[in-house]
Amino acid sequence: MALELFTLGDPIADTKAPRDVPISERWSERRFRAKLVNPANRRKLTVIVVGTGLAGGSAAATLGEAGYKVKSFWYQDSPRRAHSVAAQGGINAAKNYRNDGDSVHRLFYDTVKGGDFRAREDNVHRLAEVSVSIIDQCVAQGVPFAREYGGLLDNRSFGGTQVSRTFYARGQTGQQLLYGAYQALERQIAAGTVEQHARTEMLDLIVVDGRARGIVARDLVTGEISTHFADAVVLATGGYSNVFYLSTNAKGSNATAIWRAHKRGALFANPCYTQIHPTCIPVHGEYQSKLTLMSESLRNDGRVWVPKERGDTRDPRDIPESERDYYLERIYPSFGNLVPRDIASRQAKNVCDEGRGVGPNGLGVYLDFAEAMQRLGRPAIEAKYGNLFDMYAQITGEDPYEVPMRIYPAVHYTMGGLWVDYDLQSTIPGLFVIGEANFSDHGANRLGASALMQGLADGYFVLPNTISDYLASGPFGAVDPNHPAAVEALEGVRVQTDRLLSINGNRTTASFHRELGRLMFDLCGMERSEESLRKALDRIPEIRQEFWTNVKVPGEAGRFNQSLEHAGRVADFIELAELMCVDALHRNESCGGHFRAESQTPDGEALRDDDNYTYVAAWEWTPEGVPPVLHKEALEFEYVHLAQRSYK
Amino acid sequence: MNLKLRVWRQRSAAEKGKMVTYEVTDVSPDMSFLEMLDVLNEQLILNGEDPVSFDHDCREGICGSCGVMINGRAHGNGLFDNHPQTTTCQLHMRSFKDGDTIDIEPWRATAFPVIKDLAVDRSALDRIIQSGGYISAPTGTAPEAHSILVAKKDSDAAFDAATCIGCGACVAACPNASSMLFTASKVTHLGLMPQGQPERNDRVVNMVHQQDLEGFGGCTNIGECSASCPKGISMENISRLNHDLLGALRAGARPKS
Repeated sequence: MALELFTLGDPIADTKAPRDVPISERWSERRFRAKLVNPANRRKLTVIVVGTGLAGGSAAATLGEAGYKVKSFWYQDSPRRAHSVAAQGGINAAKNYRNDGDSVHRLFYDTVKGGDFRAREDNVHRLAEVSVSIIDQCVAQGVPFAREYGGLLDNRSFGGTQVSRTFYARGQTGQQLLYGAYQALERQIAAGTVEQHARTEMLDLIVVDGRARGIVARDLVTGEISTHFADAVVLATGGYSNVFYLSTNAKGSNATAIWRAHKRGALFANPCYTQIHPTCIPVHGEYQSKLTLMSESLRNDGRVWVPKERGDTRDPRDIPESERDYYLERIYPSFGNLVPRDIASRQAKNVCDEGRGVGPNGLGVYLDFAEAMQRLGRPAIEAKYGNLFDMYAQITGEDPYEVPMRIYPAVHYTMGGLWVDYDLQSTIPGLFVIGEANFSDHGANRLGASALMQGLADGYFVLPNTISDYLASGPFGAVDPNHPAAVEALEGVRVQTDRLLSINGNRTTASFHRELGRLMFDLCGMERSEESLRKALDRIPEIRQEFWTNVKVPGEAGRFNQSLEHAGRVADFIELAELMCVDALHRNESCGGHFRAESQTPDGEALRDDDNYTYVAAWEWTPEGVPPVLHKEALEFEYVHLAQRSYK
Repeated sequence: MNLKLRVWRQRSAAEKGKMVTYEVTDVSPDMSFLEMLDVLNEQLILNGEDPVSFDHDCREGICGSCGVMINGRAHGNGLFDNHPQTTTCQLHMRSFKDGDTIDIEPWRATAFPVIKDLAVDRSALDRIIQSGGYISAPTGTAPEAHSILVAKKDSDAAFDAATCIGCGACVAACPNASSMLFTASKVTHLGLMPQGQPERNDRVVNMVHQQDLEGFGGCTNIGECSASCPKGISMENISRLNHDLLGALRAGARPKS
C-alpha cells in the first residue's frame, strides 16, 4: 500500500440531503427546507458563473431569469462554442414514452449500477427525477428533437440499459441542447440580468474570510488581468480529459479553474475516474492534435468485431463470417454491442493486446454496418447516422458505407471533479460546482447520454434551487479590491504569467503536453497497476521540473497570446496528473473506468473491493513535497444493493 | 509534402497587416489543415518568431470557432471536386498537392474586426441572437413535452436550419458581407416550430434590424453563403426570412428602438 503517498484526514460527509425521508422525497424535501431569497432581494446578490456549456449556460440563464445579478465568463469568443456542443448521441430521461418498463427508479438504478456503485445515491436519484423536466424545458425552447410521424418525440437505446430512454437530435444532440441554453442566456444578456465576459479565462479563485467571493481572470484579447467579485461563484468549466493530450475534448478544454479552486481549498474527488470511450477514430500520426468520437448510438446497429486469427490483414470484406469474432456479442450475450463504455473499451484493448487489432498500427477494431444496411437499407442508415458517417469519411478518407469503420477507445470524459455536497456546494462555502466539473453523479463510470442530462439538471433545476439557501444569508458585503486576499490572488497570477514568459527555454508547450499525455495514457489509462503508476509518479515531477526550466512561451502578457494560454493550462495539467496517479494507486480495486490489473475476476472483469473502497476519495491539496491528504466520504447503498456488475 | 504558405499577419486591430510567406515541410496527407498550421507554429516558436493566431476549439467541425479563407474560399469550400462542404478543421491535407502555394487569410468583413492574424471578432452574431433569436421559455414554465406536437417534416426542416454553427463563413464568402444566411437559419428554425409562433413577427423584424446595425451588408441572392456553408444551410432559409419579414411588417411589427 502506498502509504507514503498521502496522509489520511478526517472523513467527510454530505449533510444537505434530508435522509430522514425516503429517497424519492428527498429532493422535494430539500427544496422545502432550503432558505429562499425574496425576488426583490435577488437583484442585490451577484453570482459569477464560469463556463457556458450545458451546465454553465443553463445556470447563468436561469439565475438571470430568477433576478440575480449574474456575471458569465467564457474563454471562447461565443458561449455557443462550449464543448457540450460536440456531444452527439443523446440525453436520457425517464419519460417511459416507449412503454418499456422505464421509470425514475429504473434510471436511478441503471445509473448507480452503471457507475459501478461509486456514486452517491441521493444525487443520482435526484438526477433521474429531474430528467423528465429537462425534456419539457428543451422542447419549450424549440430544441428540434427527432420526432415520429405522429409528431411525438422519438427515442433510442444507449449502452448499459435495456430500455429506450434516449432523446436525440440526429447525431448533434449536444449542439441543439446547447443552443437552447445559449439562446436563453443571450436573452438574459439582452435583458441586462447577465453581464458577459467573452474571451476571458478564470485563473484563480478569491476566498475572503472563508467564503468564495470572486475570481481573477485574464482578458484573452487585451491580456489584462483583473479581479471580479460576487456573493457566490459557480464553476461549470468541464472536465480534465486533456491531461491525456489526445482526447475527444476541445483543444481549449482545461482544468485550470477547478485546479486553482482546489489549490484554494476545494477538495478534489476521485480524480482517477476517467472514461475511455470505446468508439473513436484511431490515432493516425504523431502530429495528431485530437481524437474524434463516433457516437455510442452507432453501437445500436453497428457490430463490433476483429478477425479470429491474429495478424489477419485481409480486406475486412474478404474475411468470412466464420473467421470473425464478434467479441462483445460472444462475451456479453444479453447486452451485446451495447455494454457500458468501460467494458467495451477494455475488451477492445484486450483483443488488440492479443494481436488481433486492425489497421496500420494494430490499434483498432471494426464497427461494421453491413448487416444493418441489409436489414434496414442505406436510406435508413443515412437518416440515423448520416452526419457521423460523413465525419468519419472526411477524417479517414474511407467510405463507411462500403468498408467497416475502424474504431479505438479514447479518453472522453472525467467522472472525477471537485467534491460537492447535495447542494452542489464544494468544501469552500459559496463555491458551487456543476456539470462535468464536479464529481457527483456518475460514480466510476458514466453511462451514455447521461452527461447532457447531468449538465442540464444541475444548471436548470438543481443549482438554482440550492444556491438560494446559501445566498439567503447574503449579501456578504462588497469586497475591497485592496483586500489582501484579492491582491495576493491577482499578484499570484501576474507572477506566474511573467514567469512562463521569461523561461525562454528550448521546448514548446505542446511538446510537454504530448509527453505528459502519452505517459498518462500508457501508465494511467485503460489499465493501471502499481508498477505503472509508480513509474508515472517518478516521471511526472521530472516533467514538471523540466517544464518550469525549459519551456519556451513566445509573445507578451499584454496581448492576445494563445501560446501563453496553453502554457498555463499545461502547467496545471501536470500537477493534476500527479494527483490522478496517487488516487489511482491508492484505490487498489477495479471499478468502472478505473481498472487495476491486480484486481480482476478470473474472466478478466473489474473486481471491486467493497469492504475497503466503498467511499469517495476527496483529496486536499498540499504544497509541493507534502503528500496530499485523503478525506473519505463513506458511500451507503440503501436502495440499490451492492452487487457485482454483470452485463452477460 | 512540402508547401508554401502565404499567411495574413496582423498584430492587432489597430495595426496594418500583410501577407507573409512561410515554408512547411513533411506535411502528412492525413493532417487536418489546422494540424498543418500547428506544425508551422511549432516551427515559428522554436525559431523565436511569433506564432500565427487562429481561433479553433473542438476540431471536429461543430463548435464553429475555426474558419479562414483558403485560396480565397471560406474554409476552402468549393476548391476541391468531390469534397463535402466542411469547416477548416475538417479539411485534410490530402486535398492538396506537394509544392502547392496556399493563401490563408482571415474572414474579411466590417462587422468582423481582426483581433490578431486570422482571429476575428464575431460577437456581432451573438448580438443578432440577443435581438430575438430565442423562444422566451423561462426555466420551469414548460408544459409536458408531448403536449406540443410537431409534424416530422417541420421538425426535420427546423433541425436542418438549426445546424448552423455560427462560424461566419457565409459573411466572409458574401461579396456584400451579409449575415443573411446566419440570421435566416435561426428565423427558420424557430419559425417552423409551434413554440416559436408567438414571437415570430417580432423576432424576424428585430434580428434583421440588428444585422443592419452591426454593419453587415444586404443580401442580393448571390448564393456564395450557401456554397461556403460547412453545414450546407440552404438559400431557402433566406426566402423564408423574407417571407416572414414581409408578413411581419404588414402585420405592423416594428423593431425595438
